[in-house]
Amino acid sequence: MTLPSLNLLLQSILSGVFIGALYGLIGLGLGLTWGLLRQINLSHFGLVFLAAYLSYQMATVGQIDPLLALLVLPPLFFLFGALMQWVLSKFSITPFNSLLATFGLTVVLESIIQGIWTADFRRLESGYNDLKFKVFGLFVPVPELITFCLAVGIAVAIWAAMRYTDLGKALRAMAEDGPIAAAFGINQKGLSLILAGVCAALAAIAGVCLALTFTLAPSQIFAWVGVVFAAVMLGGLGSPLGPLVAGIIIGVSEAITMAVASPSWAPIVSFSLLIIMLLLRPGKG
Amino acid sequence: MNKTFSGILAAGALLAVVPWLGLPAFYESFLYLIAHWVILAMSWNILSGYSGYFSFGHGVFYGVGMYATAGLAGKLDWPFLATLPMAVLIPAVLGVLLGAVVFRVKAVRGELFALLTLAVTFVVATIIINTRIDGGPGVYLMSVAVPKFGPSASSSLYLMALTGAVLTALIAYKVQQSKLGVGLSAIHDDEDVAEVMGVPTYGYKLLALALSSGLAGLAGGIHALFVQYVTVGETFNITVPLTVVLMSCLGGSRHWAGPAVGAVLITSMLYFFTAGNNPVLGKALVGVVLIVVILFMPNGVMGYFMKRRAQAAARRSREIEQSLGSVVHAGLTPEAAKAPAAQVPAAEPSGQTLLEARGLSKAFKGVQALSEVDLQVYKGEILGLLGPNGSGKSTFINVVSGHYAATGGTYAFEGRELVGKAAHEVAQSGIARTYQIPRPFMNMTVLENVILSAMFGGAAMSRPRATEEAKRCLEFTGLAHKADSLPDDLNLHQRKFLELARALAARPRLVLLDEVLSGMTPSEIDEAIVLIRRIRDQGATIVFVEHVMRAVMALCDRVAVLNHGKLIAVGPAKQVMSDPQVVSAYLGKPHA
Repeated sequence: MTLPSLNLLLQSILSGVFIGALYGLIGLGLGLTWGLLRQINLSHFGLVFLAAYLSYQMATVGQIDPLLALLVLPPLFFLFGALMQWVLSKFSITPFNSLLATFGLTVVLESIIQGIWTADFRRLESGYNDLKFKVFGLFVPVPELITFCLAVGIAVAIWAAMRYTDLGKALRAMAEDGPIAAAFGINQKGLSLILAGVCAALAAIAGVCLALTFTLAPSQIFAWVGVVFAAVMLGGLGSPLGPLVAGIIIGVSEAITMAVASPSWAPIVSFSLLIIMLLLRPGKG
Repeated sequence: MNKTFSGILAAGALLAVVPWLGLPAFYESFLYLIAHWVILAMSWNILSGYSGYFSFGHGVFYGVGMYATAGLAGKLDWPFLATLPMAVLIPAVLGVLLGAVVFRVKAVRGELFALLTLAVTFVVATIIINTRIDGGPGVYLMSVAVPKFGPSASSSLYLMALTGAVLTALIAYKVQQSKLGVGLSAIHDDEDVAEVMGVPTYGYKLLALALSSGLAGLAGGIHALFVQYVTVGETFNITVPLTVVLMSCLGGSRHWAGPAVGAVLITSMLYFFTAGNNPVLGKALVGVVLIVVILFMPNGVMGYFMKRRAQAAARRSREIEQSLGSVVHAGLTPEAAKAPAAQVPAAEPSGQTLLEARGLSKAFKGVQALSEVDLQVYKGEILGLLGPNGSGKSTFINVVSGHYAATGGTYAFEGRELVGKAAHEVAQSGIARTYQIPRPFMNMTVLENVILSAMFGGAAMSRPRATEEAKRCLEFTGLAHKADSLPDDLNLHQRKFLELARALAARPRLVLLDEVLSGMTPSEIDEAIVLIRRIRDQGATIVFVEHVMRAVMALCDRVAVLNHGKLIAVGPAKQVMSDPQVVSAYLGKPHA
């Protein structure tokens, strides 16, 4: 174990912040449905990858700028998410069974992706790929910066919406005690549809960011589950800002471990952190 | 040996003939995979299905078992069979160590437990890949000799996996039938109540986890030889835990055979679809089947059949109820009236101390719910515990039953100090309680609810005796016709009587009744009074928390009054109720 130079360490931390922002962005929608709708939506990961592949397709075949995909995909995914919630709401489903049913959906999505784009690795080639600039001796890659800004902007926007709008207040009331909220005139069903739709739209945004920064393969879907779950749990279920902060903490701690020890030790930091948090402050996040 | 037990053995013996039938080789590998997944799914179910602690960490135990064999046979050249005991033992020890920490934190249940066990998977994987156990490149077992059991190497592997599957099935069945299984299923429904009724929840969970992880390790050890090349990436991923969860839920995790049913179905589906021309389509179909099953059969295949049986029982009990007309009231049926009644002649308060609390206190973050209470309960008496709402009556019961740990003072039962003892030890020493809001185990029948109490409570009866006792208690409380129904099928007053039946079945020497009469109609209260008097006549001492003064006056030999957590008066009912302190506690102080 050799200590890396300060510059290298700072560069690692920066890349940790960037990857952490993506953890947070993916975790945001997952945590909201988990905390507010009591559904553990594994298909969130499937949707993220579907959106990533769609933006890949639009960029390579249609020559469409991946950032334009941000305008097209989220509304489509919103509809899909709302539709899925509409179907699910026909059944009374426990959190655990929601995990299983959405796992089934993820497998279906994975098969669809594999059927269309094969199991090979795919990389979105766009003008943004190699764009980077230098600040204080540190390289800042543009795709990662876009991801970071989106993650922060959206998390803050959702936090503000939950806190200050009537819709947000109604959502929080519903999450705390559904039947009582309903007794006070809150339309649970409508709210659930909107929330599920928003979360699916968030998956679409996260998917575009994923395609901008990562190589895609259908088998990678489950590789993200562990670490994003960790970010969501650390950040607190249903919290809009928590997953982002936790994601960045995890990302940075991984990056430092990679720089100081070796990349293969990286997972131990985030997961040990998660275990300790669970044991010391269970249920508080 | 009973029918199911010999059935499992017979099925195993029948399947063991396959290698000598001269079938194409792929049958053996297909059957091997089925046996492999049957071990994994059934072993997962021993902890997670029975007790409801859904683990996502089954891959750890499986993987550690796999690496135990890979390391010992592949690197240290142990003979394969000699590695298997280690493949069982090491994961089992790991499971106990993990459980010893995790099960101490009460809030880690449900999703949190699932997530924690998943995180452990990744931590262990990281350690293995970075140390000499693996180091990165994986471990080869090509040169390890396959022990000869059948005509070929693949048939030997199949026979080993089959043996493992039969063993697992026997253990899973045995556990569910045993006291351990009854306790685990009570933990599933309501862990706090299970503990208070005498189930040693911590120990049981540890034992179940040890069995579960040891058997998973066995599957891993055999599989290491089957795949011949072990890598961290292929072993410690989310596939194993997710697949076993799916199999168990598909088959029904509350039944011992459910996971085996699920394992056969899913393995067959995967095998035939992926072996066919369109593996991707096959995979998608598996996903669709899963969604459909979860939505339409949330309790799995076996759960579906169990539910239908319970519904039939409920129908029967309703028919009986109708044929008896509406006169079926607890305590008033002729059988109940002559039922167990006085085995011990009507006990009179003896003046002998049964329970003694000295300075008993309980604080919740600064709120003093119980403050230095000195109280003696005499053998054979009915002591009424009164006080306004929030005065500490229920807290007293919760502390004495061991549910809350006292923050100060001591209490002794029959001369034995109980402070600091776990709730199940308190129950086993002869104290039983009821809950103000009945908390039956929702997935057990009424009869099973009562049997559990007889098995785990102070009487510690064997199952057949407990069953007899439970039937007697149901007879006694007028619930006999509901024996096979689920608690969902009972109305409030029947649920309250079920609470009484459960308390009685433990043959307690002290019963703590927490507002059994609240929410009852006047005629139901009359029945309950008769019943409570009869409970005392059986030789039990009763502490009776109640607001219904008519019942208190009719039943209690003495009353004790709490206010703001302090004991303000004790003595004969009439005298205490005219005590000025008591009057002001209820009615407030007169303002001059």
